[in-house]
Amino acid sequence: MIEVKSLCKRYGNILAVDDLSFSVDAGQVLGFLGPNGAGKSTTMKMLTGFLTPTSGSASINGIDTVENSVEARRHIGYLPEGAPSYGELSVHQFLTFVARARMIKKDGLEDAISRAVEKLNLTEVLHQPIETLSKGFKRRVGLAQAIIHDPQILILDEPTDGLDPNQKREVRHLIRDMAKDKIIIISTHILEEVEAVCNRVMIISQGRLLADDTPHGLVESSRYNNAVSMVVESAEKAASVLSELPQVARAELSEGELTLFPTGQPGLFEAVTSAITENDWQVSALRLEAGRLDDVFHSITQEETSV
Amino acid sequence: MNGSINVMRRELTGYFATPVAYVFLVIFLVMTGIFTFYLGNFYERGFADLDPFFRFHPWLYLFLVPAISMRLWAEERRSGTIELLFTLPLTTIEAVLGKFLAAWLFIGLALVLTLPMWVTVNYLGAPDNGVILAAYLGSWLMAGGFLAIGSCMSALTRNQVVAFILSVVVCFLFLLSGLPMVMNLFKGWAPQVILDGIASLSFFKHFLDISKGVIDLRDLVYFSLVIGFWLLANVLVLEIKKAE
Repeated sequence: MIEVKSLCKRYGNILAVDDLSFSVDAGQVLGFLGPNGAGKSTTMKMLTGFLTPTSGSASINGIDTVENSVEARRHIGYLPEGAPSYGELSVHQFLTFVARARMIKKDGLEDAISRAVEKLNLTEVLHQPIETLSKGFKRRVGLAQAIIHDPQILILDEPTDGLDPNQKREVRHLIRDMAKDKIIIISTHILEEVEAVCNRVMIISQGRLLADDTPHGLVESSRYNNAVSMVVESAEKAASVLSELPQVARAELSEGELTLFPTGQPGLFEAVTSAITENDWQVSALRLEAGRLDDVFHSITQEETSV
Repeated sequence: MNGSINVMRRELTGYFATPVAYVFLVIFLVMTGIFTFYLGNFYERGFADLDPFFRFHPWLYLFLVPAISMRLWAEERRSGTIELLFTLPLTTIEAVLGKFLAAWLFIGLALVLTLPMWVTVNYLGAPDNGVILAAYLGSWLMAGGFLAIGSCMSALTRNQVVAFILSVVVCFLFLLSGLPMVMNLFKGWAPQVILDGIASLSFFKHFLDISKGVIDLRDLVYFSLVIGFWLLANVLVLEIKKAE
């Protein structure tokens, strides 16, 4: 379990992390979502004991990350931003170093390495120098070193950055597989990733926590939630007719798509379909919106910056 | 301690995975050869000792040790691995010691590879091997002093060139602190105690003492203190500006 209490980090005049408090329990996959420079990485660096907070505290399974830093780090597997590694070493040499530093016993060393190597499909490059590998492989080497000691807490800073779509899928799959009894925190600015792997999202901007919810909950708070979008001929006429309906709060036309926002009265979709048949419009697309995460993200983080 | 040994092993593996180790060893051996035989007049002197060999070690170290030490921390900063290293369950002291030991052992290896010199002088005459052994020890200790300074300087920057230059300058001051050109700066205004203090900081003096074959406890303590002091400074520098 991770507990963070009014964590702050100041660099000169800039408050990179501003009074952050939260706790994370086992089984949660928490996504830090936020624009670049929002304080996601800084928060992770404080959780992993690399940075000392200016004020406030963080504890890992009850162990304070400042007072007992080395002990706290034992419980964590960490992928730093950009997945740094010692380029002159081979994958195997590098993982051996990390495994030893993680105090894996001698007789379990090779097992631990081969488990991590297998999970991340690194067998074919096991004895190549890391600096000769592609970006995708380097990222996977970074992930392999993070999970080598089977940590209870995994902190991954942009784990899928630089991977191709297939590799992204594999890594997300891996994260979901491990999620059951662990705590996983990932940072990302890819919205679909949050929806794909996280069961909790924290939106952070300018060092402050702006939203803390499930991805589903966030999506529901979108103004698009339960809206109806359609592509229709003579959209302007349709818009004026449809906005008369009691279920429609607003009709918006953008890029040829007409979106009707609900007032809260039930039966918007049915009302729209019957209007279509009544007026005999030519409709080429029609769908019920679940809500858009990017819209929520945008409205939450933009509101913040415009204040 | 296990942490230090692990870091040391990783460093040594790294040295030999790149040309750094081989280039250094070859240059070190060639340079000691040139200094001994040309500048030191090894044959012409007609003495069976290794004085011409050891006499130039301080000057050789002045440039070669910073070349080894410059990457110790600057490279970790530049590549971002410092974040990896310090989120592993290691203390800063363990990491500093591990890196220092690796580089020190490596210089020890370079010294061991000069053994043909010792074989030669034994073939040509009957030198006092006790003195030679003492001089080897003194040379290695002095290298440790240079290295500790270089390691600390390397922790100050992410730029290896800056680290190199800083190290050479600070090593130079330490090397020469007993010589007139440094002492004259202080003579006339500083009290004698300070003059003595500065003079006794000189690497030269302590190295010469040991290489005469007299292993004085004071010289050993001196080098241990120098190494200890700079490594401690190294730890503090890292603690203060780890993330910059």
